[in-house]
Amino acid sequence: MPVFIEMLMIVLILLDVVLLGVSRLGAFVRAVAVQGVVLGALTLVANSGNLTLRIAALAAVSMAVKGFLFPVMLERAMRGAGVRREIEPFVSFVTSMAACIVMLGVSLFLGWRLPLPDGGAGMPLVVPAAILTMLTGLFILVTRKKAVTQVVGYLTFENGIYAFGVVAVGEVNAIIEFGVLLDVFVAVFAMGIAIYQINREFDHIDTDHLSMLKG
Amino acid sequence: MEFAQTINIIAGLILAPLLSGVINRVKALFAGRTGQPLLQPYFDVWKLLRKGAVYSSTTTWVFKAGPVVGLASALAALCLVPAGGAGGFFSFEGDIFLLAGLLALMRFFTVSAALDTGSAFEGMGASREVQFSALAEPALLLGLAAAARKTGSVSLAGILGALPQMNPADAAPVFALISVAVYLVFLCENARIPVDDPNTHLELTMIHEVMVLDHSGPDFAFITYGAALKMWVLGSLLAGLAAPLRTGFLWADVAAAAAVVFGLAAVTGVVESTMARLKMVRVPHLLMGALVLSAVAYMIMLR
Repeated sequence: MPVFIEMLMIVLILLDVVLLGVSRLGAFVRAVAVQGVVLGALTLVANSGNLTLRIAALAAVSMAVKGFLFPVMLERAMRGAGVRREIEPFVSFVTSMAACIVMLGVSLFLGWRLPLPDGGAGMPLVVPAAILTMLTGLFILVTRKKAVTQVVGYLTFENGIYAFGVVAVGEVNAIIEFGVLLDVFVAVFAMGIAIYQINREFDHIDTDHLSMLKG
Repeated sequence: MEFAQTINIIAGLILAPLLSGVINRVKALFAGRTGQPLLQPYFDVWKLLRKGAVYSSTTTWVFKAGPVVGLASALAALCLVPAGGAGGFFSFEGDIFLLAGLLALMRFFTVSAALDTGSAFEGMGASREVQFSALAEPALLLGLAAAARKTGSVSLAGILGALPQMNPADAAPVFALISVAVYLVFLCENARIPVDDPNTHLELTMIHEVMVLDHSGPDFAFITYGAALKMWVLGSLLAGLAAPLRTGFLWADVAAAAAVVFGLAAVTGVVESTMARLKMVRVPHLLMGALVLSAVAYMIMLR
């Protein structure tokens, strides 16, 4: 199955590029949703040799939560808050995509330095793709203004950790993944409410302005 | 083999204008119109060739050289590109750079001729063309570099010849990325819709068309025909990268490659019918996407 895992990793890398290059908030949220679905498929492919009920359930739950529930919640929060549809970045999209190339280089370098303990043969892209997804998440967190984009950055970061865990560690940690998934679910839920409340209080969800509260 | 290469070039010379005819018919089909005749591009070139040229008194020899050098570069590029198993008419190690160089030369003279007229609008078009190609060219070269690295050859014939023998599971991801990047370059270089609208007649929004406003008669015929050849060259290259079909029979391969190029024209027609032109400020954004795709294709091979 290494070939299919590699292909899913390339899809993951391309979705990171999309996340950094897309200018519409709707497409942005959908890209992270597709990433969740790809990771669900990755769970199945990575464990196709010994597909247990637990693995299948993890894949199904992760696909349903990340691919369907989160986007719906975020869309509702955005509609409730009347957010403008453009992402307003601190760093332009072209620069973001250039930064993506640099981050890919860093991830590949780290990937060489950090080979998988076993079973990594024929899958040299797993670690770089996972690290790139984490870096993309961090990049989104620091360069995008809106509260919604903060949530998406956080989700992307979690996707990176998940991708790493599911291929590198295998089925041992399925129960931990369930725990993380629950945490993320609660976090997105809370952030959805927070976005709505911030908006009611301040008429916008631009987190840049929140720093003025420090007085 | 020599004979097949000659046939390749003759096919390119004859069939190139038909590509834009196919694109126009597909667009007409989508819009529910009858559309212009399939052979309209040939009629246009023939009509222009019979007319006389008008030269503004402010222009110099650069203006007259533009179309000639442009057409010559396109013809030279046509001789380099292999199609369907038969190598290019000329083939040597490193000819990928010559291909990019010839396309750049063609652009340079078109831009120089546009600037030579001293028209404000043509200057705008020239500025845009150069700005966009500054992003499109690295995307093309980096994509070809990735293909060269994957196949271990730096000649077009070597790259496109080695491709059919490769293990599909191994080569498919890299060449899929390269193909998408080269397709975006194809759309940009040929002034097709997400980048430029070939039908537009408003100077403020035009890119390629605005640079050639002052050319007339045979000069404009050269430019039109040169643009058709350029589309054929990039189309054949893309067909070789995206669909390396091999049947074992040279003639069938050459015919299949030409069929893929026309399929590409049909796809371009569909893209043009279903997409709107991008805002001018968004175009670098799209080309940067192409560059990133090429870079990803190159970098995932670094083991």
